Amino acid sequence: MSSEATYPSDSYLSGGWDLKSWLLTRDHKRIGILYLLTISAMFVLGGLYAGLIRWNLLVPDGSHMSAETYNKTFTAHGVIMVFFFLIPSIPAVFGNFLLPLMIGAKDLAFPKINLLSWYIFVLGAGFTLYALFTGGLETGWTFYTPYSTVFAQSNVELAAIGIFIAGFSSILTGLNFIVTIHKMRAPGMTWFRMPLFVWAHYATAFIQVLGTPVIAITILLVALERIFHFGFFDPNRGGDPILFQHLFWFYSHPAVYIMILPSMGVISEVISCFSRKRVFGYSFIAMSSLAIAAIGFLVWAHHMFVTGMAVYSAMVFSALTYLVAIPSAIKTFNWAATLYKGSISWDTPMLYVFCFLGLFLIGGLTGLFLGNLGTDVHLTDTYFVVAHFHYIMVGGAIMGYLGALHFWWPKIFGVKYSEAWGRLSAVLIFIGFNLTFFPQFLLGYMGMPRRYHVYPEEFQVLNVLSTAGATILGFGYLFPSCYLLYSLFKGEPAGDNPWGAKGLEWQTSSPPPTENFHVPPVVTEEPYDYANAGK
Amino acid sequence: MSEAVATSTPQHAAHHPALQHHFVDLQQQREASTLGMWVFIAQEVLFFGGLFAAYAIYRHAYPEAFSLGSHHLNWRIGFANTLVLIGSSFTMAMAVYSAATGKSRRVVALLLATLLLGGVFLGVKYFEYAEKIAPCFGDGSHAGCLVPGDNFDASALHADTANAPQTQIFFSLYFGMTGLHALHMIIGVPIILTIAFLAWRGHYGPEYHTPVELVGLYWHFVDIIWIFLFPLLYLIGKH
Amino acid sequence: MNRSLPLLPESASSVAGDVDALFFFIVAVTVVFTVGISIAVLYFAIRYRRRPGDERPQDVHGSLALELTWTLIPLGLVAVMFVWGSKVYFHMNRPPDDAMTVTVVGKRWMWKLQHPTGQREINELHVPVGRAVRLVVTSEDTIHSFFVPAFRIKKDAVPGRYNVTWFRATKTGSYHLFCAEYCGTEHARMGGRVIVMEPEAYQTWLAGGPPAESPVVAGEKLFTELNCITCHRPDSAGRGPLLTGIFGRPVHLASGDSVVVDEAYVRESIVNPAAKVVAGYQPVMPTFQGQVSEEQLIALVAYIQSLQVPAEGAPASTGAPQR
Repeated sequence: MSSEATYPSDSYLSGGWDLKSWLLTRDHKRIGILYLLTISAMFVLGGLYAGLIRWNLLVPDGSHMSAETYNKTFTAHGVIMVFFFLIPSIPAVFGNFLLPLMIGAKDLAFPKINLLSWYIFVLGAGFTLYALFTGGLETGWTFYTPYSTVFAQSNVELAAIGIFIAGFSSILTGLNFIVTIHKMRAPGMTWFRMPLFVWAHYATAFIQVLGTPVIAITILLVALERIFHFGFFDPNRGGDPILFQHLFWFYSHPAVYIMILPSMGVISEVISCFSRKRVFGYSFIAMSSLAIAAIGFLVWAHHMFVTGMAVYSAMVFSALTYLVAIPSAIKTFNWAATLYKGSISWDTPMLYVFCFLGLFLIGGLTGLFLGNLGTDVHLTDTYFVVAHFHYIMVGGAIMGYLGALHFWWPKIFGVKYSEAWGRLSAVLIFIGFNLTFFPQFLLGYMGMPRRYHVYPEEFQVLNVLSTAGATILGFGYLFPSCYLLYSLFKGEPAGDNPWGAKGLEWQTSSPPPTENFHVPPVVTEEPYDYANAGK
Repeated sequence: MSEAVATSTPQHAAHHPALQHHFVDLQQQREASTLGMWVFIAQEVLFFGGLFAAYAIYRHAYPEAFSLGSHHLNWRIGFANTLVLIGSSFTMAMAVYSAATGKSRRVVALLLATLLLGGVFLGVKYFEYAEKIAPCFGDGSHAGCLVPGDNFDASALHADTANAPQTQIFFSLYFGMTGLHALHMIIGVPIILTIAFLAWRGHYGPEYHTPVELVGLYWHFVDIIWIFLFPLLYLIGKH
Repeated sequence: MNRSLPLLPESASSVAGDVDALFFFIVAVTVVFTVGISIAVLYFAIRYRRRPGDERPQDVHGSLALELTWTLIPLGLVAVMFVWGSKVYFHMNRPPDDAMTVTVVGKRWMWKLQHPTGQREINELHVPVGRAVRLVVTSEDTIHSFFVPAFRIKKDAVPGRYNVTWFRATKTGSYHLFCAEYCGTEHARMGGRVIVMEPEAYQTWLAGGPPAESPVVAGEKLFTELNCITCHRPDSAGRGPLLTGIFGRPVHLASGDSVVVDEAYVRESIVNPAAKVVAGYQPVMPTFQGQVSEEQLIALVAYIQSLQVPAEGAPASTGAPQR
């Protein structure tokens, strides 16, 4: 492929197409692309496993596959989607690509560490996929003890090591972001002139740095216990299986904020561009991101209300869980207010914003049921929980990811994609998603537990609906892969700022030059200053 | 910072060879690197923190067993090792000071002294481990084996059957925490060697010695972890 | 074949109504906000659709009044939910004093239940309607979870500890029992039924099965077999504390704390005696971990629970269960 013909000669994409220039790059933009390729592959794999799950659940008797295969399938789906897609997704692809551009820097603070984080990710994925493909893993992505340490007959140690390694990728990314944001902002870019995307990644970075080491040590202990029979979590050896749950959820709850906060940052960027308005309540949204990150560390035991914990402890966690919901509500209201009296354009990225607003709303509100002590007893470990977190992770995080992909695609690759196909896919994804997961709320309240290979007959109709939705959703995801790829070859050039957006990344060419800016910018305006007609 | 705008043209005035291209000046680079190391140390605190949390919970649950296990450890050796490690932190601090005052040869010497003391620590640790691990192999009585698992010899601790499983938990934590700590020291060895080599080659001086500072930060952190580990593992008093 | 589309589970316990009321309150809040905000978003998106030309909307920064409003109102709503939910949860965790205790042991992949009179069941639980039933739940292997959707109760079965929950069935019938914590290959098949009967039918059922040894009697036999009596003697020559009448009362520990004697404490004292030694006694009791099964532990606990301080002239207790 001739790069000179399509891209300006100094764009980051023109500087060599051989393997070495990509695999030894220190350019944050190329590293973002490396991540894009890797996590897209993981998403496809995780999605295939999801397809198998839904196919099995078409019939109540589990006749489509053995129980063991099903248990390995839902475990693989969870492990891949959580650790190898959602956690890296927006930060590793868009955070890496855009952060230096948005703050007017030439690169992240530690480019070599950035590349190292990608290699660590690939290594971790390699170990884990090897574990999944040679014998599999059937503990669930949550690895509860003593099942995972004593009873599981699968590649627990290998998978644990893979996840352990991949965790360092996340830590290094977060570390890079914190230092970059503190030390490398362009002259004039004060904290409150930073784009909200940057604030979101700043908050996320703290969770990555402070939370991930805890899952690292916990999963390491699981591996050690399996290999050496230490007994940390085995009651027959003096251990406490519930201790594992505390340690596990201490990370895994904040982890979900790693997944959603960057997506919220994307929403702020896109909604302001396509309303041509400043984001309403900028500082409230910025501070809400930090509040969510901080309070998010204090709610982990709401996953454990039926484990036999003391009632007063449960009350503390329930209260804090309700508290963490408030900043998200504040953001949602502020985004809606941004639309008021705006100038709203319905381009594909904005359609994903609309999807996000509706679906995140439902996902977040259904969290109220689960944070509530009275209702959680009935709902925990049922499909209600599955529906809740898919509304947030797919309806929230992935809509943000797709919105980011469509918003910044012209900037990253310098080409435009088919707007018609973009809109169609967004609609298809929205419909497919709701059909897949809304029935699961009903299934959950009816009492269908999760991780069930077979189920009582009366649950079949809802399960069939869900599988039908998943099929539509799968097609919906297929289309962007096609038309986006097509645009790389046949898309018309995008120009520096096809959306007329504010933000430093739009002040440089598409694709950007290797050093990001020909002339390092100096910031003099407030963010999202759309009232000023000047570009 | 605004001056940097005017002078950032492709042909810089002679800049320090250690200045990386994406930074505006050495000061920004140093500040960024230092902040990066502090963030990394924060992460390490949480990494060890999981083990410290497990320790706190199990010690509260099994005070007798922890006391028995702790008594079996040789606190004199542990104390000596603590002094050795503090000494290595001292030589490391002196190395950083020497780098800041431009005394390259002294930097190399002090870094090597740090390594030597670290090596002594690790050597002592090796012998401490060996006497607990060696009896676990082979057939026979496994008397004195203190590796948790099937061959664990609780009688060596004078633990009755009630305490035996819990003393295993103590030793799981002992090996886990000191092992993780030792691993961090071992990782530090090639790093310090590299910095010492670069110092010998004259890479560091008063205006640029950030890597020496950062290695110093890391080493001090490893030292502080041990200062917590020593009393928690070796000095649990009897009721 | 039943092809209807059920949307609500049966409501068959005294607490189900409370849970449902709370649930529907939160549903109402959810619906109001979802519909409200969705309509607002859609309305704005249509009403303020971009017109041709370079239109620049009015610059609006924010409004403290609005921020406070949409912070404090949600805060108020979640506070109501929190208080209401806590009350329901408290109620679900405080079995009434007149409850009959059924022990539940989860084991891959079945539920083993035992009535206070000794009848055992596998994967089924027969109970009389209207009677409070207290469940003491544990596991022999992995973590399981005892889930009866119709009663809105769920409690994890954790190896090494006892968890307690309760219900009072309000309708006769047969209800799903599920395992709700993934436990391996047959997790989805580890279920059964809770069968609620009229009180007379329940008595008939109780009497109808093979003669069952009450756990108290079984426990008394074990107490002798395992030589517990050597140290826990009724005279003061024993090296262990007297066990009569201790159930439900606080004891002072050597550590200075005090603890109320319940099933969990008795079980712990058998498998981990050094953990909570009673003040004034030496930690010399050996552990029975690995020597007694979960069911034997249940029997021992039941026996000790039944021990009453003998009244003047009355014989030492034989074994009528007190709870």
